[in-house]
Amino acid sequence: MTIQRRRFVAALGGGIVAGLAGCSGGGGGGQSESVGVQGETLTLTTTTSTYDTGLLNDIHPDFEEMYGVTVDAVAQGTGAALESARNGDSDVVMVHARGLEDEFMRNGYGVNRRDLMFNDFVIVGPEDDPAGIRGMDSATDALNAIAESEATFVSRGDNSGTHTKELNLWEAAGTDPGGDWYQEIGAGMGEALNIANQQGAYTLSDRGTFISQRSEVDLVILVQGPIEGGPEILSNPYGVMAVNPGVHDDTNYDLAMAYIGWITSPGAQDAISSYEMNGEQLFFPRAVSEDPDFQQYVPQGWSSDSSDE
Amino acid sequence: MPFEPVVHLVPGIVEFPFREGYVRSIIYVSLYVSVTAVALSTLFSLPVAMLMGFSDFPGKQLVKSIINTGMGFPSVVVGLLVLFGVSNQGPLGDLNLIFTKEAMIMSQFVLATPPITAISLAAIRGVDDNVRDAAHVLGGTRVDVALVVIKEARYGIATAILAGFGRAISEVGSVLIVGGNITSSSGISKTRTLTTAIQLEARQGRYDTAMVLGAVLLALVLTINAVVVRLGDEGAMR
Repeated sequence: MTIQRRRFVAALGGGIVAGLAGCSGGGGGGQSESVGVQGETLTLTTTTSTYDTGLLNDIHPDFEEMYGVTVDAVAQGTGAALESARNGDSDVVMVHARGLEDEFMRNGYGVNRRDLMFNDFVIVGPEDDPAGIRGMDSATDALNAIAESEATFVSRGDNSGTHTKELNLWEAAGTDPGGDWYQEIGAGMGEALNIANQQGAYTLSDRGTFISQRSEVDLVILVQGPIEGGPEILSNPYGVMAVNPGVHDDTNYDLAMAYIGWITSPGAQDAISSYEMNGEQLFFPRAVSEDPDFQQYVPQGWSSDSSDE
Repeated sequence: MPFEPVVHLVPGIVEFPFREGYVRSIIYVSLYVSVTAVALSTLFSLPVAMLMGFSDFPGKQLVKSIINTGMGFPSVVVGLLVLFGVSNQGPLGDLNLIFTKEAMIMSQFVLATPPITAISLAAIRGVDDNVRDAAHVLGGTRVDVALVVIKEARYGIATAILAGFGRAISEVGSVLIVGGNITSSSGISKTRTLTTAIQLEARQGRYDTAMVLGAVLLALVLTINAVVVRLGDEGAMR
């Protein structure tokens, strides 16, 4: 029965594809004619923050119109977005965890990494601030104060860029969080803010998602990131990479490169900086600069890791 | 669209910040995916149920217990298995099905088939043997006999299809995994269904809009149930 069903499912998939052959323009086939991307679909896997803030829906129509294409943006969280790209299920990936991006590049899955934009992280918590972290200059001191007072802290626990940053912060603080007060929820930023809100707990949030959701929660920013003069350790840089066509030959590489070229262009970078929510700028462009930073193409630890391959 | 009046009633009660066409498109995707999956499931399940109802073959008990197990198969596991199948790395990777409605249909097919098969089987077995014999005696071919039995068992089969449809349209785990919850930048759903839209709204703390979408989903399920029951009644009067 199981085998029969699997065979049927395979036949079903084949039948559907045969039926839709006329309208399935995406995926492969783009490489021979490098100019003909019209009508194709670009699959972008990305982190929840770029999607939930509404940024991508705001800027993508420009790209879609310019090339006559469609962008399918899948919001997954940084870890899952990279995994989808690793499996060849997306053409381009936009995430915010430099360490994971470097690993992705070093392992040969990505090409042409570009710094895209940045914003910052903030530590948010209840107005009455039981751990007394309000206005602290050091993010690690603030986390240690939360740990010492055992005030509830909500961790994303989902291998996202924010979660990765949070773990790095605990490591920098020299504290290994654990116990009833430390709650790993395994969910997105919006959910983390809601859960923190309902429990009067602290959490680490990217500024963009927090601003876009501020009206729904009673949480306040207690420790600022670098945008408002806070510590540099809370900065949140985003990068964009094409999936390596040498690893997955049916990804839409031409369109992915067109996308990277477009989103790092002055026009799209302007659109990013002028995207506002509740009167506040959420993302700060980083691709256009007067002094080019070629390190953005080169993953850290490249030489040491590539030598043993 | 019958749902538009509902949408217009809502702004007085809660804020309804959706773009024009958004709700309509996710309703469309929900229905397209679930109805297609259930139709395919029915085409597959009915012959299987007939076969199992009328004939004996080795391993029949095993098939039965597999179907019964399948009724409780967790949807996220199905989603994961379909993902492995359609992912670029999987056996169907060349078909580029990941993050499409077709992938969602595949996972819902797998989810809807066991309940439809099991409940149809019960209904078919409930048909009096005399009906079958009579059809045979009157010179009916195997297909004629099958049609007579299906006609007799139509209430049970309708219940089976509704059960499968209920499982498909209310399902969130697998369609989120294999569909990707995509809308275009113009706010038109590609693979977003009512359930994944509700999940998204709840994730962002917009519980009121999530509730509105929940009400739409509930209304949709009620409407379809009412329509199917009504069709069954009309059939009985004829």
